[in-house]
Amino acid sequence: MDIHEYQAKKILSDFGVKIPTGGIVYSPENAENKAREIGGSKWVVKAQVHSGARGKAGGIIVCDSPLEVADATDKLLGKKLVTNQTGPEGKIINRIYIEEATDIKHELYLGLVFDRSSESIMVVASTEGGMSVEEISKEKPETIIRSKIEVAVGIQQFQAREIAFGLGIEPKLISRAANTIIGCYKAFSEHDATMVEVNPLVVSQQDEILALDCKMSFDNNAMFRRDEISELRDKTQENANEVYASDRGMNYVSLDGNIGNIINGAGLAMASMDMIKLAGGEPANFLDVGGGATPEKIVKAFKLISMDDKVKVILVNIFAGINRCDWVAEGIVQALDKIKIEVPLVIRLAGTNVDKGNEILQNSKINYIEASTLEDAANKAVKALSK
Amino acid sequence: MSIIIHKNTKILVQGFTGKIGTFHAEEMIKYGSNIVGGVTPGKGGMTHLNLPVFNTVKEAVEKTGASTSILFVPPAFAADSAMEAADAGIKTCVAITDGIPSHDMVKIKRYMRRYSKDKKMGLVGPNCAGIISPGKSMLGIMPGHIYKEGKIGIVSRSGTLGYEAAQQLKDLGIGVSTSVGIGGDPINGSSFRDIIEKFEKDDETIAVLMIGEIGGPQEVDAGKFAKENMSKPVVAYIAGLTAPKGRVMGHAGAIVSAYGESAIEKVELLKECGVTISKNPSVMGDTVKKVLVESNLN
Repeated sequence: MDIHEYQAKKILSDFGVKIPTGGIVYSPENAENKAREIGGSKWVVKAQVHSGARGKAGGIIVCDSPLEVADATDKLLGKKLVTNQTGPEGKIINRIYIEEATDIKHELYLGLVFDRSSESIMVVASTEGGMSVEEISKEKPETIIRSKIEVAVGIQQFQAREIAFGLGIEPKLISRAANTIIGCYKAFSEHDATMVEVNPLVVSQQDEILALDCKMSFDNNAMFRRDEISELRDKTQENANEVYASDRGMNYVSLDGNIGNIINGAGLAMASMDMIKLAGGEPANFLDVGGGATPEKIVKAFKLISMDDKVKVILVNIFAGINRCDWVAEGIVQALDKIKIEVPLVIRLAGTNVDKGNEILQNSKINYIEASTLEDAANKAVKALSK
Repeated sequence: MSIIIHKNTKILVQGFTGKIGTFHAEEMIKYGSNIVGGVTPGKGGMTHLNLPVFNTVKEAVEKTGASTSILFVPPAFAADSAMEAADAGIKTCVAITDGIPSHDMVKIKRYMRRYSKDKKMGLVGPNCAGIISPGKSMLGIMPGHIYKEGKIGIVSRSGTLGYEAAQQLKDLGIGVSTSVGIGGDPINGSSFRDIIEKFEKDDETIAVLMIGEIGGPQEVDAGKFAKENMSKPVVAYIAGLTAPKGRVMGHAGAIVSAYGESAIEKVELLKECGVTISKNPSVMGDTVKKVLVESNLN
């Protein structure tokens, strides 16, 4: 789960990390007042969307007066911001963050992630703040500092100091920088985060160490014990069909193609998408209805897929294990009794009682194309597309 | 021999009396697995499925001599149960539970480091289908009947894709020595490498089918291990050719976030290690068969 910049910064400040003074606004009038309240002579108006690279997309505007702040807010609110990370559909701007401008001396990069190789938390830092970590590792890999943190004991002062010295921080600011790094680590470990990225982390002309921008992602599996984080979820930043699916316990990812999929198991779902691609088609989605593929799940899945206008063919691929194909087939018959499907339907059943399952489908009123193997199913789905 | 579980392996079910635990315990018993009892804190002394229920794993191990456990405990309590098993001297614990937080997995793995190598529990999973040694024992939630007894070792992240492979092999008349599901989470108990190392040492296994997917370094690590240490052929399929970067594809661990984690990159790196690639998921069985013929193993 992702959260907004302003929410992430609030969390950082709870752990003693300094952030520029700012506030969230929902209207231009609101914005003008907020700018006056913050004071100073320069402000930054920042579109709150779940994406990086907002600056290049015009989502961050520097202003010299409260009136300009109001204008900039007016310009951004309600618009869709298209960045190189959002896809062409962009993301809606519903909230604006107004912040005092910072006189920057140095821009640094600080990121924390789970390292799957060492099974520890990895701190990644670089003197090249403002660039994405991918860009840094491509263009300035020599500037990257990595430090593995043993989760059981947490980050130690010396580790944070080493990183700070590695970033070329002046000696008088070292303990301030180290505390900032420790604060970011605590935000990560105490909220079940999977990623905390402060980019840039800056040293200001006034020698303050400030988190100028921050992105955070959290472990969905840990949300049962993180009510305070769950509450920060902004569903307007997510694909509507994905929200519908996740609210109903299904794993769904919207894609660009036109062959809709209903599959049980994440691995089989990815494999079926691969087969569609190899057969010359493009999947419209990834959908794992769960290993069990109960009739209720199948009904929900058909409903979900029928909400997607891109879908021109539906491919159902169920490997019935503990659940039997006859049971799955009955689920499909029930689902299609409730939901009308206007596009060609290809069904491949495999596993336990496959013959019985196919018999139930054949004897039903369902208009569908039967497939035997994964490959056969993908080929038939692509062929049905051209009809 | 098979790996990890054999005909007489004594098994405990953790989360025995719950709905899911009960259902799968019955399936395992039907298959012929030697289930000797279960653990549900607070229900010790009860009899469930004609088997004793214990309050603690330690007591269950003392009374039954169980060496192995399978875990159906809900995510919030699963880490605690796994650590309890490790402390009670369980040798292998299969965690079926889906949805354990990554921070908890790190904690379990760190906790297990306190035991010396010969006393350390092997954790398989979580979020996996479990282990089956066809014809001998089933320690998981898979449909046992699709596995033919034989000589191919299967190791897979995905459950259903592993079933697909077992079915394809069975249709070609090829059987399985043991099939291990290592699960789809980013941090898991046993890696591909851990399992293929066991297959290499197993007399019965003649070749290994590894079914991986996007995300993480484990498939490639296993490939490197195979290149340097394996005498047996390894066939691999990597799912997720069409998966977009930066999106989680169902499994919490199925996300491309670094170089070497996409399906195409993994396939290239595995080829360099001498692993035979199954070009698509429909020919996993055929590819294994071809490799067996070429290696004069069929």
